[in-house]
Amino acid sequence: MSLFSRYRVLLPIASLTLLMAVTFYVQPRTLSYFGLNLLFNLAVPIALATIAQMLIIMVNDIDLGIGAFVSLTACVTATFLEQSPLMGTVMLVALIIAYALMGAMIHALALPAIVVTLGMSFVWGGLALFLLPSPGGASPTWLREIMTVKPPLIPMALVAACLIAGVTHWLIAHSGIGTVLRGIGGNAEAVRRAGWPLIRLKALAYGLAGLFGVLAGMTLVGLTTSADANIALRYTLLSIAGVILGGGEFIGGKVSPVGAVIGALTLALAASFLSFMRLSPDWQIGAQGAILIAVLAARLLFRRRDGARR
Amino acid sequence: MPSILRRPWIWAWLAATATFAVTVALGSGRGAAGLAYAALSFGAFAAIVGVGQMLVISLGPGNVDLSIPATMTLSATLALKAMDGVPGTELLGLGVALLVGLGTGAANFALILLLRLPPIIATLAASLIYQSLAIWSNRGLRVKPPEALAEFATGRTLDIPNVALVGLLLSLAVWVALERGVWGRWLLAAGQNPRAARLAGVPVERVRATAYLTVSVFAAVAGFLLASFSGGAALNMGAEYLLMSIAVVIIGGTSIAGGFSNVPGIWGAAFFMFLVVSMLNTYGAGAGARSVLTGVIIIGIVIAASTKRNHA
Amino acid sequence: MLEREAPKNPPLVTLTDVAKHFGAVAALKDVNLAIRAGECVGLVGHNGAGKSTLVSIINGSLRASEGRVEFPLSAADDALAAGVRSVFQELSLCPNLSLAENLRIAHTGMRGWGWRRRAGTEISQSLDALFPSHGIAAGALIETLSIAQRQMVEVAIRFAPLGGKPQLVILDEPTSSLDAGIANQLLDAVRRFCARGGAVIFISHMLGEIFRVADRILVMKDGRIVADEPADHFTRQGLVDFMGHVAAEPETLQTESRRELGEIVISQGGLQARRGEIVGLSGLAGHGQAEALATLYLDATSAWRNPGNPPMVFVAGDRKRDGILPLWSILNNMSLSLLSATARWGLVDQVSERRIGDEWKRRIGIRTESLSNPILSLSGGNQQKALFARALVSRAPIVVMDDPMRGVDVGTKQDVYALIRAEAAKGRTFLWYSTETEEVCQCDRVYVYRDGAISAALSGDELTEARILEASFEMQESSA
Repeated sequence: MSLFSRYRVLLPIASLTLLMAVTFYVQPRTLSYFGLNLLFNLAVPIALATIAQMLIIMVNDIDLGIGAFVSLTACVTATFLEQSPLMGTVMLVALIIAYALMGAMIHALALPAIVVTLGMSFVWGGLALFLLPSPGGASPTWLREIMTVKPPLIPMALVAACLIAGVTHWLIAHSGIGTVLRGIGGNAEAVRRAGWPLIRLKALAYGLAGLFGVLAGMTLVGLTTSADANIALRYTLLSIAGVILGGGEFIGGKVSPVGAVIGALTLALAASFLSFMRLSPDWQIGAQGAILIAVLAARLLFRRRDGARR
Repeated sequence: MPSILRRPWIWAWLAATATFAVTVALGSGRGAAGLAYAALSFGAFAAIVGVGQMLVISLGPGNVDLSIPATMTLSATLALKAMDGVPGTELLGLGVALLVGLGTGAANFALILLLRLPPIIATLAASLIYQSLAIWSNRGLRVKPPEALAEFATGRTLDIPNVALVGLLLSLAVWVALERGVWGRWLLAAGQNPRAARLAGVPVERVRATAYLTVSVFAAVAGFLLASFSGGAALNMGAEYLLMSIAVVIIGGTSIAGGFSNVPGIWGAAFFMFLVVSMLNTYGAGAGARSVLTGVIIIGIVIAASTKRNHA
Repeated sequence: MLEREAPKNPPLVTLTDVAKHFGAVAALKDVNLAIRAGECVGLVGHNGAGKSTLVSIINGSLRASEGRVEFPLSAADDALAAGVRSVFQELSLCPNLSLAENLRIAHTGMRGWGWRRRAGTEISQSLDALFPSHGIAAGALIETLSIAQRQMVEVAIRFAPLGGKPQLVILDEPTSSLDAGIANQLLDAVRRFCARGGAVIFISHMLGEIFRVADRILVMKDGRIVADEPADHFTRQGLVDFMGHVAAEPETLQTESRRELGEIVISQGGLQARRGEIVGLSGLAGHGQAEALATLYLDATSAWRNPGNPPMVFVAGDRKRDGILPLWSILNNMSLSLLSATARWGLVDQVSERRIGDEWKRRIGIRTESLSNPILSLSGGNQQKALFARALVSRAPIVVMDDPMRGVDVGTKQDVYALIRAEAAKGRTFLWYSTETEEVCQCDRVYVYRDGAISAALSGDELTEARILEASFEMQESSA
């Protein structure tokens, strides 16, 4: 058993470090408070959305609707939460409950999650269009202040990322209930036989995902100060990529919250890095794809070694 | 329950028929024949990419091609550029489109096989590169398809849209390969249990490779036809076909768990997806309501199909 | 031996007139049973005799269609509360979690800070008590363990306190992946557990194990308990008679005069086989036999080339993992390896598929009305026959078999032995890995594996159970 498969978080750390080193080498000015702030500017909402996706992947499902959901919560934040905080809060809580119910329904009727979440993405997207037919809205002031706070030494984005990683690591990797949830991904039948109510656990996993999705939408509005119905659609794919970059696997409950946050940071950095490189806009998207492939290819080196030993 | 209700494709067709009836009853403005013609035209594109996606999804959990939109755009862009609107270059354009499809399919599968990436991630990352290629080659360019090609794509034969005929031909080929062919047996065996299939002598990698090549080639053909149909390639022309291709596969009754596929259902689902939008347009629903209802209906059908399947 | 006349306590569990129907099929009929503290009950019967249904009703995973299941001693409402634990054949561990975390899942009541440490202590103590010198760390992930180690962990979790005390432990073929040494430790632990007042239901197809641990034996046949008596009232022969099969002593494959063997057709990694030869692979479970066969097969075949007439075919023993295609009919499962050889224009020749299927259904004796039925409608033994048929219908000269008799009843075994003998006589070569020593003793030649390498090649008069055991254990005894 290699070091890397025992501690699945090592590889994401290595790839993030390498990418940062290259960035600093190419553009030494980024190695500063403001430089780092700029590099990781949008990392927090991506990290939160990645955690949400990870919670779903953890129970062997996949969420193709998280991007639309984050867009919707961003729209709620930029409209209702800003104008009437109570109403906005109620709506956001209702959305979290809707996510939990979706999880319960997927389990109770044995539906394929990929399809239900796909269908729900149309629903979330439609609701977002109701709220904000055209881009607009505004960030609640308190939210804006939190997101632009300037802690000493380390930029907000990195502080928040560490906080998210710490909290979710405790919740998922360490706590008893997190262990049971990962157990569902590993062998749901065993968890059921032991007497756990699977439907409630599934609802819990989805409800937590909904919570992190809501947080992603809120922080996104805090950063961008306005919203539109399509603001976070690309988060669906980004979050899946972040989970895998973070050493997670699609089945078997093999996920790492710390890795997922680092994966999200890597994705955010890759985007910033390319704009620093003054790469032609034509190739920016493609270069992101290439970086994604390169980082994932690094996993192979360690897989091969494992395979040979087995 | 009558045996026909146990057919996995029946739900998509029932839903499509019902939607069709409601839309016509409400008076869509173009009558039943006009609506059917439009459904055949627009449904054909969804059906072509859906049939391709179905092959990949039949390979089992985790297998999916997320690069369909990018492949469609890239193939359309490069093909139109190669033809440059010059009459008589239609076959050249088709050739370019097919080569793009083979190329992206081969690249996708190479990533999956050689780098052992999960297909979702491999096709997603690769699609970003295809997208860049398309942007780069499409820069400031708005080429029209050659006249004859545009006429073919928007024309009809025996009152059936030509694009639908192409789609039906491709679907028929896939149907024969799946239902009667050795390759189909291999594909479905690999989809149920790749390890067992390999140990039974099935050339699993060969089957997987051909499935990934086929979906890309189908997407390339769909892109080529769509650009010819709509008078040019646009960078976002494939966007709606990502979710669409997956939705028609699932609504059509193909098992997301792999090892079971269903061609007729794809067409029912493709019609249905088009007709739902028409119906809601007829109602005068806004974009938001249309989207919400589409989602609710997709989920409703999945629930209906799954509960029936469980009781059957 | 236990003082059998002593138990005046109420029984742990009683079943009164229990029956279980699946649709029209009666899986269990008229079952009356009481199990008391301190008893070790051996449960034997053929596949489909109702053993699994019976224990599922006792542990509460199935509900009886008729009759009552009660737990008088604990007066508990359900099996979980009454301290009934089950070790299932298919393991109920989460491979992505550690030993301690798996124990946490089994122990639903564990709460509060430091659970990880408490769970680690609990699983370690349980393992230590059952399998001294097991060498498995409480923090290790299950997926990094061997099959045998996983089975040990599974057993240890069920014997751990889990916030209460196990009263009745159901062990369903618990030694199937264990080597003899570990299996003996388990049998001893079961005896100690019963001596301390615990009860055990022990299911095994190895009658030797049953006689070693059980003080009472239940024999099931066709959903009924046909015998329920103290173990010393039975002989092995008597048990087999009760189970209802005539052929108790396995015929050997070598009854006929030695066949003429052909040229060497396999020579890889010290393994050699001749045309028409039946070569056995033996040794303790998990010492590299399955890997050697898989490598041999995967090297000889391709994941890219059209197989045509393949050089080699594979018979899986782990049916679910390696063999069965669960969505398909029996016929499609049987014909899979034959398709490309009989295809025309890439299309399946359905006429010859059907004809060959019917022929082999008859030859190998698959019990079904129609080959169009789903493969999962067959019993385990008949599924295995379908997998044999899949391999044998092809014209492949070499047949590789990876412990194919796992969980197969005696009747099926006899049918298949005869078939193998006939096919070998026609010039086919068989490579046969088996965990049952008496099975490999019937081969022409046997390679014994130890620590991933061949430790002995035995044939003719050397080929005895004693020599195989010697070659399997030698090193371990000297180092112990």
